[in-house]
Amino acid sequence: MDTLIQAVPLNWYLFLSSFLFCIGVMGVLFRRNAIVILMCIELMLNSVNLLLVAFSSYSGNSDGQIFVFFIMVVAAAEVAVGLALLVSIYRNTGSTDIDFLNKLKW
Amino acid sequence: MTDKHKTVEESLDQIRTTTFLGLLIPLLPLLGFLVNGFLGKYLPKSVIGWIGSLSVLGSFICTLILFRQAGPTDAIQIDLFSWIALGSIDISFGLTIDALTLIMLMVVTGIGFLIHLYSIGYMHADEGFTRFFVYLNLFIFFMLLLVMGSNLLMMFIGWEGVGLCSYLLIGFWFKNPSYNDAAQKAFVMNRIGDLGFLLGMFFILFHFGTLDFSTIEQMAPSLVADNGLLIAITMLLFIGATGKSAQIPLYTWLPDAMAGPTPVSALIHAATMVTAGIYMIVRTNVLFAMAPFTLAVILWIGVATSVVAAIIGLKQNDIKKVLAYSTVSQLGLMFAALGLGAFSSGIFHLVTHAFFKALLFLGAGSVIHALHGQQDIRWMGGLKKLIPITYITFIIASLAISGFPLLSGFFSKDEILAHAFQQNLPVWIILSLSSLLTAFYMFRLVYLTFFNDFRGTEETRSHIHESPWTMTVPLIILCVLSVLGGLMGLPVVFHANHWLNTWLADVTAPAAAILHQGHHISHTMEVILMSVAGIGAILSILYARHVYLTRRSVPESDEAMSGWGKVIYQKFYVDELYDRWIVAPAFKLAEWLGNVFDKHVVDRVVTLTAGFLDASGRTLRVFQSGNTGSYVFAMVLGIVVLFIIRLLI
Repeated sequence: MDTLIQAVPLNWYLFLSSFLFCIGVMGVLFRRNAIVILMCIELMLNSVNLLLVAFSSYSGNSDGQIFVFFIMVVAAAEVAVGLALLVSIYRNTGSTDIDFLNKLKW
Repeated sequence: MTDKHKTVEESLDQIRTTTFLGLLIPLLPLLGFLVNGFLGKYLPKSVIGWIGSLSVLGSFICTLILFRQAGPTDAIQIDLFSWIALGSIDISFGLTIDALTLIMLMVVTGIGFLIHLYSIGYMHADEGFTRFFVYLNLFIFFMLLLVMGSNLLMMFIGWEGVGLCSYLLIGFWFKNPSYNDAAQKAFVMNRIGDLGFLLGMFFILFHFGTLDFSTIEQMAPSLVADNGLLIAITMLLFIGATGKSAQIPLYTWLPDAMAGPTPVSALIHAATMVTAGIYMIVRTNVLFAMAPFTLAVILWIGVATSVVAAIIGLKQNDIKKVLAYSTVSQLGLMFAALGLGAFSSGIFHLVTHAFFKALLFLGAGSVIHALHGQQDIRWMGGLKKLIPITYITFIIASLAISGFPLLSGFFSKDEILAHAFQQNLPVWIILSLSSLLTAFYMFRLVYLTFFNDFRGTEETRSHIHESPWTMTVPLIILCVLSVLGGLMGLPVVFHANHWLNTWLADVTAPAAAILHQGHHISHTMEVILMSVAGIGAILSILYARHVYLTRRSVPESDEAMSGWGKVIYQKFYVDELYDRWIVAPAFKLAEWLGNVFDKHVVDRVVTLTAGFLDASGRTLRVFQSGNTGSYVFAMVLGIVVLFIIRLLI
């Protein structure tokens, strides 16, 4: 039985996920605003989530889809922590530019 | 209860008593050591001296009780616990008391007690009085362990322990640097010998799988006579013996050891510790009997030591140095006896020598005590009237060591000479010569010390006094023993059975079975030999009398010496040779290692290691920029590379 997910061929999911993931990587690499970097990381995470759901559906095993919910919950918590850190960094340095955060070296 | 039960009970009781007594023998001096060592500072001097002495007397009494009960074939075995158990090796912490051990115990505790008693008087004014008795008791404990140990390792504990005490007591007056040097010399030279002993022990353990004397004795016949391993074992053990018993080439420490207080010289460096090598060889006689090569080496080393030391003794002017070389010479004689396979004769001479040499040293101590530290015989003379007890006992001891007929030394020496005559004529000639020299230098000492006029200052003379009773009583007892000591080994000629030979027969049986000593020399021959030796000794004494009493010659001062006299006085320059060829190269090597090898090799390795770590750190820190972006970039790059590799493979 075809589900809604299977209305789209699997390859397309692969392409979309890879594309989103690459955007995320590029964003992490080239942007200097910490908030944007955090968002890009979320993008990478969710592209993988998407792929997981697609594979799960095509293989007829719903474990993957349930697993994604857990990942989302954890990701939400992680974002909360990440944002809290950012707030704290902003309070200390007056900026969210990660190039200011270069004290951690020998 | 039946009779049978009763006898079993009784014999069990008997065993318990003997075990108890056997344990008490080493424990009493140990107790004395602990009490004096830890509580000594709270006790008055008199108490300390008596604790030390009486603890040894207690051991002596225990020994006497055991001696009365024991027969020559009995061996009391006390296994306290299994000490080292590794695989098939099981070394127990055990003590054995058999005929040979009993003889040694009597010597060690008996003479030990007398010397402790003597020390109460001799050391009374010394600030290290307590320390002295602590060391002395510790020495007795280790010496007892040495002679009672039932295996080689136990013996080795005692062996090292007495070496330690010897070191401590030679350097007793540690404020004098030359005394410290003497102590160190003794210790280091003993280490050389100890290494031999240790290696010999390893070889025995390797071959027999045990260090137990009785087991070795049983297993020894499994070895082929004179094979390489056996020669290695016996030679290594003999090297150990040359170190402890001051034989060529390791004898030079003993004369220097005279730096210690005189009772120490008497106890450790004349009567007991230096005879440990002889005891060890007799204890393992079966191994030595199976290695004729080693026996020959022992014989010739003994003979050479005996005569060389006697020659050096002729020219020494320090009263203790003369006695020290005399000890070396007599020990050489004992080793010669062992080399001839006459093990019980060696022990016989060991015992009589312990009597008269301890007496000579104590007598010398009494002289030194009277003269307030003067040891040079050129500044003595005429002491006969001033210290009569010392004089009489000293002269009797000198007669005994010279082999004056019917005194103890006469019989023991004669027995060795008879064995030499029977087996090896050149050895007999050399040993007889060395006995003549002994008689001469001993009486040179006697005449210079006690006869003619006093040569020291008037002030010293006015202070000369006989020693207190604690010092003279041991002299008198030892004097009696020196006279009568020969009774334990009266030769068959005198229609007595040789008690000591019979007593030790069981101990020396394994060697006797192997060596098959041939026919005994005829009684006539034996009497002739005795007469020759006796007359020779008397003539030698008379010659010394002629030179030093009638002609009143006094050894020249150090500067006036020349020619051979000087060479002999300087002990053939052996110390200098050792310094030049062994000590100096060793120092050079150490210096080279310290200044060159350490600096250019060891240090360089260390600095290179540090330099490498430093350089790699400097290189790697470039990557640790702190810039988050570059970290992420490196990470992504890495992942991409991993992907590519994954795809390609």
